[in-house]
Amino acid sequence: MASSTTAGDGAHDHPRGLSRFLFSTNHKDIGTLYIIVGAIGGIIAFLLSVAIRAELAEPGIQVFPVLARLLHGADPEMALDAGKNLYNVFITVHGVLMIFFMAMPILIGGFGNWFVPLMIGAPDMAFPRLNNISLWLLVASLVLAVISIFVEGAPGMKGFGGGWTFYPPLSSNTGNPGPAMDFVILAIHLAGASSILGAINFITTIFNMRAPGMTLHRMPLFVWALLVTAFLLIMVLPVLAGCVTMLLTDRNFGTAFYDPAGGGDPLLFQHLLWFFGHPEVYIIILPAFGLISQIVSTFSKKPVFGYLGMVYAMVSIGVLGSIVWAHHMYTVGMSLNAQRYFMFATMVIAVPTGIKIFSWIATMWGGSISFRAPMLWAIGFIFVFTMGGVTGVVLANAGADRQFHEGYYVVAHFHYTLSLGAVFALFAGFYYWFPKMTGYMYSETLAKLNFWLLFVGVNVVFFPQHFLGLAGMPRRYIDYPDAYALWNRVSSAGMIFVSLAMLVWIYAIIEAFLRKRVAGDNPWGAGATTLEWTLSSPPPFHQFSTLPRISGSDHM
Amino acid sequence: MHTGNRHYLRRAALAGAAFFPVLLFAGLAAAQVEGQPAPGGVGLPNMATPVGQETQLLYNSVLLPVISLIALFVLGLLVYVAWKFNERANPVPSKLTHHTGLEIAWTLVPVLILVFIAIPSFRLLAHQVEIPESTVTIKVTGNQWYWSYKYAEDQGGGFGFDQMMIPDADLKPGQLRLLAVDNEAVVPVNEVVRVQLTSNDVIHAFGIPSFGVRMDAIPGRLNQTWFKIEKEGVYYGQCYFICGKDHAFMPIVIRAVSRPDYEKWLVEAKQKFAASDSPVRVAASVDR
Repeated sequence: MASSTTAGDGAHDHPRGLSRFLFSTNHKDIGTLYIIVGAIGGIIAFLLSVAIRAELAEPGIQVFPVLARLLHGADPEMALDAGKNLYNVFITVHGVLMIFFMAMPILIGGFGNWFVPLMIGAPDMAFPRLNNISLWLLVASLVLAVISIFVEGAPGMKGFGGGWTFYPPLSSNTGNPGPAMDFVILAIHLAGASSILGAINFITTIFNMRAPGMTLHRMPLFVWALLVTAFLLIMVLPVLAGCVTMLLTDRNFGTAFYDPAGGGDPLLFQHLLWFFGHPEVYIIILPAFGLISQIVSTFSKKPVFGYLGMVYAMVSIGVLGSIVWAHHMYTVGMSLNAQRYFMFATMVIAVPTGIKIFSWIATMWGGSISFRAPMLWAIGFIFVFTMGGVTGVVLANAGADRQFHEGYYVVAHFHYTLSLGAVFALFAGFYYWFPKMTGYMYSETLAKLNFWLLFVGVNVVFFPQHFLGLAGMPRRYIDYPDAYALWNRVSSAGMIFVSLAMLVWIYAIIEAFLRKRVAGDNPWGAGATTLEWTLSSPPPFHQFSTLPRISGSDHM
Repeated sequence: MHTGNRHYLRRAALAGAAFFPVLLFAGLAAAQVEGQPAPGGVGLPNMATPVGQETQLLYNSVLLPVISLIALFVLGLLVYVAWKFNERANPVPSKLTHHTGLEIAWTLVPVLILVFIAIPSFRLLAHQVEIPESTVTIKVTGNQWYWSYKYAEDQGGGFGFDQMMIPDADLKPGQLRLLAVDNEAVVPVNEVVRVQLTSNDVIHAFGIPSFGVRMDAIPGRLNQTWFKIEKEGVYYGQCYFICGKDHAFMPIVIRAVSRPDYEKWLVEAKQKFAASDSPVRVAASVDR
């Protein structure tokens, strides 16, 4: 992709209308579409969580039988059973949507596609048409996942309600003979293919298309994060594909990979799933880490402290994160030595993660900090992710996990790292790059209100869940013994703030588009040193047809 | 728009910090009843087994203090940095991006903290997994959606029974909703009870918070765990792995009694459950 003049200046070069988006080969447009898919997935998943917390607000079952009648037209006599099943379907779909159709599309497909080429000075991704198919595979996957809700799963019930980790035999014909699980498996096939192709695209782009002078050790940390993430995706998604394909053949073609009666083992599934599943959580959080580095640096007006340490920390988190999977399986009856190994390896990951937290604080130290909305989200991230991280250290201890496994302490842990951690990073990135992507400036008041409402809300929702876990409340439960009522009530009350925060967010977007305040090339000032801020807002349809030259010895 | 940043942040941080002690106080005031969850509880239940007590000690004396200190330390640093280095207070940013000593310290200190945690933690793990000599062995099977128990014939047993949750409508006064069952599983106090665990259909998990016990029930697999109850009483547990629509409705009740009372119960149970003694069942096969 060399220089300017007539190459590609014909009418096909800047498509308009429906084909611009349907057949896009432009990384910015595809990034925007990914963000829209992620927003849709996220909003649906959020509404599911509103229903879940509404049900859990009081002991007893109040909400789901009504929902089952509304959604599936369940008979009044069947309504209670259908409601119990629907609750399990809701928590399952909530998890699947949040992970595969909110966090990954926005962080990797959205911000990754938009800003990796810009940050390395490239005109686009290495394989623009592959990029397009990755996007539409994901949309097709979402369609299949939604269809699964409306077809039979367990006998007489609709949808698959076995949790996003879908262990057999509950997910095989023993527990779910109907086609719902098959739809879920096919959705996973498509989403996996989408991400594998995307990962190939990122790796090729980052290795081959950096502008002259941008060595690997001068790349912005967000790009490093996407590089490590892409390698993880390529390594673990094929394993997930194998895992779910064997489930598909068990269900439909008479194999017995996971069926003990046929010589198989349900634990084989768990090992395969978690070999994917644990790196998956790092796949979600590493791009968030990269984003936070960019934002903390920009608003402290200082380069990131300990750049090389940050790079090695991300690489070691990726490597270590790939060899700890069975800490999700401490209670399956694993040998003592196996538990010892996984416990040891899991605890080690705390070290590079801690290095990152301290490096961000050290970046702020001595800086000249501006508390614009993206920085509030980033500072919030550092605190809440630390809280999620330390409860992770607790759970890494197999002996302690014995007390907490499949209870609300685990739910609190992963929601702190995800609902608070990853989501805060998402909002930080959203407000940071919204001016660049749209050319419009958001209202700082609305953005700050969004932050405070969500900060209060998610803490009120999830902090009490540590108490519930300590007291023994199991997870994935539609109803609970009355002793757990107080903290469930408090937790559900927090959803009011979260819902308000979501409404403020939507209004902030609408308001920014209506007011059309011009953002300019770089609204953030001297601290914003990466290449995207040298372009217009929004950037031209094709940028860097003349490659920028990177000079100076510093990283970005 | 940016006036009063320091005051604003300080007030917010204080309000946030006040939130947690208030919650803690509310929870600590909760009453602890043995064997069942404490209403509004914020901590681990009272433990009735040595493994449970060791777990409680590890969490309350090692893990919780360490993680609280780390979280407060990070919060403190963030508040300090926001206070001292905001653009009004510090208009010219420094250029410091390296400090080898600091980087070594924040690598080594976490390692030392982890070693400190690991020592009692590995000890607890070994105590949980290695099963001592037992005098009682019970085979527990998970089903959709109830637990069944078989008592060994050569230990005075030779019978089995199912343990079904009592539905809300049939609860008698004093019975706990979602926890009370029709047939309690009785065991002797102060003796090592070995629990062998499997499932008839899908994966379940057998968990009793007051014992520090949790183990998956997997079809085609026989898992083992153990407990030694140190105090007579009734102890409740639940299913800890999602197993279908009634996952929340298959509780566990263990009643610990003296050895003589246990032997009396064995005789009564043998008669009561003789009629319903079911043959050994094969693990779930493909159901078409």
